[in-house]
Amino acid sequence: MIATQPHIEWMEAVTARLQAEFGGNILSIEQSYDFPVVVIAKQSLMDVLSFLKNDPDMGFTFLTTLCGLHVPGYEGGEFGMMYQLQNMQQNRRLRIKTYMPESDLDVPTATNLWPAANWMERQEYDFFGFNFIGHPDLRRILNMDEMNYHPLRKQYPLEDLGKHDKDDAKFGR
Amino acid sequence: MSENQTIPLPEKEYVTLNLGPTHPATHGIFQNILKMDGEIIISTEPTIGYIHRAFEKLAERRPYNQIAPITDRLNYCSAPINNMGWHMTVEKLIGCEVPKRAQYIRVIIMELARIADHIICDSVIGVDTGALSGFLYIFQEREHIYEIFEEVCGARLTTNTGRIGGMERDFSPKAWEKLEYFVKHFPEKLQEFENLLLRNRIFMDRTINVGAISAERALAYGFTGPNLRAAGVDYDVRVANPYSSYEDFDFQIPVGTNGDTYDRFMVRLEEMKQSLGIIKQAMKNMPDGPIYSPDVPEFYLPPKEDVYSKMEALIYQFKIVMGEMDVPKGEVYHAVEGGNGELGFYLISDGGRTPFRLHFRRPCFIYYQAYPEMIKGSMLSDAILTMSSMNVIAGELDA
Repeated sequence: MIATQPHIEWMEAVTARLQAEFGGNILSIEQSYDFPVVVIAKQSLMDVLSFLKNDPDMGFTFLTTLCGLHVPGYEGGEFGMMYQLQNMQQNRRLRIKTYMPESDLDVPTATNLWPAANWMERQEYDFFGFNFIGHPDLRRILNMDEMNYHPLRKQYPLEDLGKHDKDDAKFGR
Repeated sequence: MSENQTIPLPEKEYVTLNLGPTHPATHGIFQNILKMDGEIIISTEPTIGYIHRAFEKLAERRPYNQIAPITDRLNYCSAPINNMGWHMTVEKLIGCEVPKRAQYIRVIIMELARIADHIICDSVIGVDTGALSGFLYIFQEREHIYEIFEEVCGARLTTNTGRIGGMERDFSPKAWEKLEYFVKHFPEKLQEFENLLLRNRIFMDRTINVGAISAERALAYGFTGPNLRAAGVDYDVRVANPYSSYEDFDFQIPVGTNGDTYDRFMVRLEEMKQSLGIIKQAMKNMPDGPIYSPDVPEFYLPPKEDVYSKMEALIYQFKIVMGEMDVPKGEVYHAVEGGNGELGFYLISDGGRTPFRLHFRRPCFIYYQAYPEMIKGSMLSDAILTMSSMNVIAGELDA
């Protein structure tokens, strides 16, 4: 029988293992809807990801997706990366997040662990401007090479600035 | 120059061939710069993004119900699956339980879309081997599917069907009639198509061991869907994390062994039959009841007569049209088994009326990066075939 919901005991086991291995670099572990979400310090990102991939008890061998985040109001963590891993044998999923200040967008690349991360990281570089250290081919992928900004950052409004019918206030913000 | 002097030949010379961006054989806007040694491909440099429309950015300024039409334009060969995936993501965020009847109707529509998607991919594999007849025969069935969609939601390709909390309308008697006609006649048409290609010597020679990828490499490259199953990994989101009552249905997950073009063709062929089985089960066991959840009136347009006679309905009508539904804070990921793999929606809501961040896990964007590895050392004509068998859809690739 395949587990469709993450088990509490399994969550606790993962939490304990991660706490034991990385201690203070694990900033928080919580359950968000049907997902355990682990927020970690950036310097331990590669260690955590390779531990989750290579440790036989963890077995998160599949990188489902990764994406960048821009949270302008979050002091010292304006930018973030989200990695979503999957253990296909046991049908478990896990989300890893890390935040970093705008002044330091260097992120170690995950391409050494998963070749699939190549284009995903290129996309996040294209959208947000993360500098993936060690990436084999860090170029824009969806936008044109001549573009001189990273369009998914929140400072670039989607609407024409002359228009006022779609103010933030009208969107409940 | 004296007569005896010999001109030194260059050691080895490669030809650079630009395939695309618009090439009739690639079925979409894909550019590949190939380095060729005669007819053998040495290396490939894919360029994508020709129809990039910045959906992730667009979604940050749209109310939740207006994002469904964006999802239509991801994998436009199976748009209803994308629509339902999006609705289910929001339902997960707002904690909405969809009535059983709506779930079954969604299953029928999603499986029809899967059949339509696989019809396109499988018949195009035939076309690229030079067998146009199968394509012409089976495309009639896709037309029947689109007629059902037209009856259900009024659109054929970009359906925008379903609503957050259920379906916008029940199947009409005409839709049931068309569905029954399709279910009755599709198997024989599929058999006809199968007979043309399945044991066809030329087709087998062209596809077996062409564009193969091992299960390990496929997993490393993030393959999902029929391409992963063709390599021998039985991962299907419908079984691993059932959504929309898929756990009620009895169906098999076909897997291949070699991960080559023939296996991908075969997996899709079998999946069409399994999908038909699911549709039959859903039709047989269709529960009665409402088709949308009464808990979320703020997402479901009220009936017009209520709008003109009831205050509450008028308010909801106004709020929906103006995009003024407040959504709780949260962060969800929901995946559905799309036509070509795991289509995931990663949604962060900050409590506003639009998503704070929406990320699409687009299956073919992730697995298309394995294409250079898969065609390395093969011939140009096999590379074309490999691409069509991977079911790379430009709309989803470039988002």
